[in-house]
Amino acid sequence: MKKRTNLFEAVIHGIFLLLGLITVGCVLLITVYLILSGIPAIRQIGLFKFLFGTKWASTAAEPEYGILPFILTSIYGTAGAIVVGVPIGFLTAVYLAKMAPKSVKRFMEQAVSMLAGIPSVVYGLVGMMVLVPGLRNIFHIPDGASLLAAILVLSVMILPSIIKMSITALEAVPKEYEDASLALGATPEETYFRVSVPAARSGIAAAVVLGVGRAIGEAMAVMMVAGNVPNMPGSLFQSVCFLTTAVAKEMSYSSGLQKQALFSIALVLFLFIMLINAALNFFLKGDKNK
Amino acid sequence: MKKFVSIALAAMLIIAMAGCSQSEAPAATTAAPAQTEAQAVAQTQVPETAALTGTVATDGSTSMEKVIGALGESFMEANSGVNFTYNPTGSGTGITAVSEGRCDIGLSSRALKDDEKASGLVETVLAYDGIAVIVNPANGVEDLSLEQIAKIYTGEITNWSEVGGSDAEIVLIGREAGSGTRSGFEEIVEVKDKCLYRQELTSTGDVITAVSQNPDAIGYASLASVKDSVKALKVAGVAPSEETVKDGTYLIQRPFVLVTKEGVTLSPVAQAFFDYATGGEANDIITAAGVVPVN
Repeated sequence: MKKRTNLFEAVIHGIFLLLGLITVGCVLLITVYLILSGIPAIRQIGLFKFLFGTKWASTAAEPEYGILPFILTSIYGTAGAIVVGVPIGFLTAVYLAKMAPKSVKRFMEQAVSMLAGIPSVVYGLVGMMVLVPGLRNIFHIPDGASLLAAILVLSVMILPSIIKMSITALEAVPKEYEDASLALGATPEETYFRVSVPAARSGIAAAVVLGVGRAIGEAMAVMMVAGNVPNMPGSLFQSVCFLTTAVAKEMSYSSGLQKQALFSIALVLFLFIMLINAALNFFLKGDKNK
Repeated sequence: MKKFVSIALAAMLIIAMAGCSQSEAPAATTAAPAQTEAQAVAQTQVPETAALTGTVATDGSTSMEKVIGALGESFMEANSGVNFTYNPTGSGTGITAVSEGRCDIGLSSRALKDDEKASGLVETVLAYDGIAVIVNPANGVEDLSLEQIAKIYTGEITNWSEVGGSDAEIVLIGREAGSGTRSGFEEIVEVKDKCLYRQELTSTGDVITAVSQNPDAIGYASLASVKDSVKALKVAGVAPSEETVKDGTYLIQRPFVLVTKEGVTLSPVAQAFFDYATGGEANDIITAAGVVPVN
């Protein structure tokens, strides 16, 4: 009888192990595939020319493959989304975690969850139909599809991850800290910002990094509002192309070196995301060690 | 040992599952054809020729990918023994390939030049690809010459007032690099690689949406997909329509040509494909690919 149970458990263990290996296998497969297909074009074009070239004209008679405009756009766009999105998300989280009445909190948390569930193509569509014409009218520019439109869409898209993760971090702060602060005569607001937030800072930093990851990896919504012309980003009202959209928009018809160069862009993007993940792990680890 | 046993068992389980799905596979494939319209059309329209076998090799224009791919698929669907290949190399390469006998049928998205015809190549127009120049319905401009369109897209004309519209900056909307519509438009208007786009969008639908949202925008889209939300401009006084594209009076259009060589007899299977594509049976498929069939 006992032997049968053991065998049964072993089978279950095996299945779980195998399912776990699927994930690992996928990551390895994608990494190896990206590196193998991304390296040849970089070698052919030249790493320096590829990374720091300012002109992208992949289908011209004399093609040029410089991705600096895409890299800068991705960095500016993500930074912009963080500048707009983090204050809103962070303060919302403090309010929801510490101050909001229960009913308000439940309602708003529902709304945040809904926001996280909206597909990115819907963000793009709303951006294209409402935001782009809106920016055009507000700023009296010829066309609203621009870096600014992309930043605004991205900052809304990163709100849910920032809010949810910050709330978790703030709620994990031991109640004794706050009680002690209040007992010493600090007002509730002083307590939240001077005691709770610093205590939760690594979790909040992780939330920001998570937002960065979401923003830099987004393609669909950005493609619909940014204009997608590979300009060097110089103004908020310019039509720009992100790393993700550069790959997504040309992949379907590309061939030869152009296709390989698109894989190389994907590899660069992949490296960016690896860096962000490493940063995330760093912050989360700091949280545990405390 | 325990681990080994568990892994072996799990592996067996997977093999067993794979076995199940294999036995289900035939049922799935027989159900599939009924689902897509194109395939259904193909089945009813292609006469059951006595077991065609062999390969049809086509080579050439990348712009024809959509239409030739759809035709090839439906042809293979109807004749299971046929292998249809398409090599997207470009019109020039396709014409060379057929003249050197490296493929059965060359594909060209331009009419043959006189010297190419003189060298013994024969063109058969499969369809016409008409590209409409579209603006917002609120735009007062109705008619542009080919030259004006070229100047607009290269940035020589930047304000609608220069072509009879209101005083507003022109917003150029186009397709992404590599798109067949973009290369077709840029070739016909002769603005290749010189366009100063404000937006590059990845589908005809997005171009139409963007133009319908911006009163100062101008864009282009394949004729078949133009909707009421935008206004198709007349080009040199001719409004785009199936008729004006077919009779050649609408200028922004190009023929999709099947190129064969005089004196070279096509293999029976290639001839069968040629007849199928040009005989009018496949018109629904050609129209579905966004171009105007000839017959």
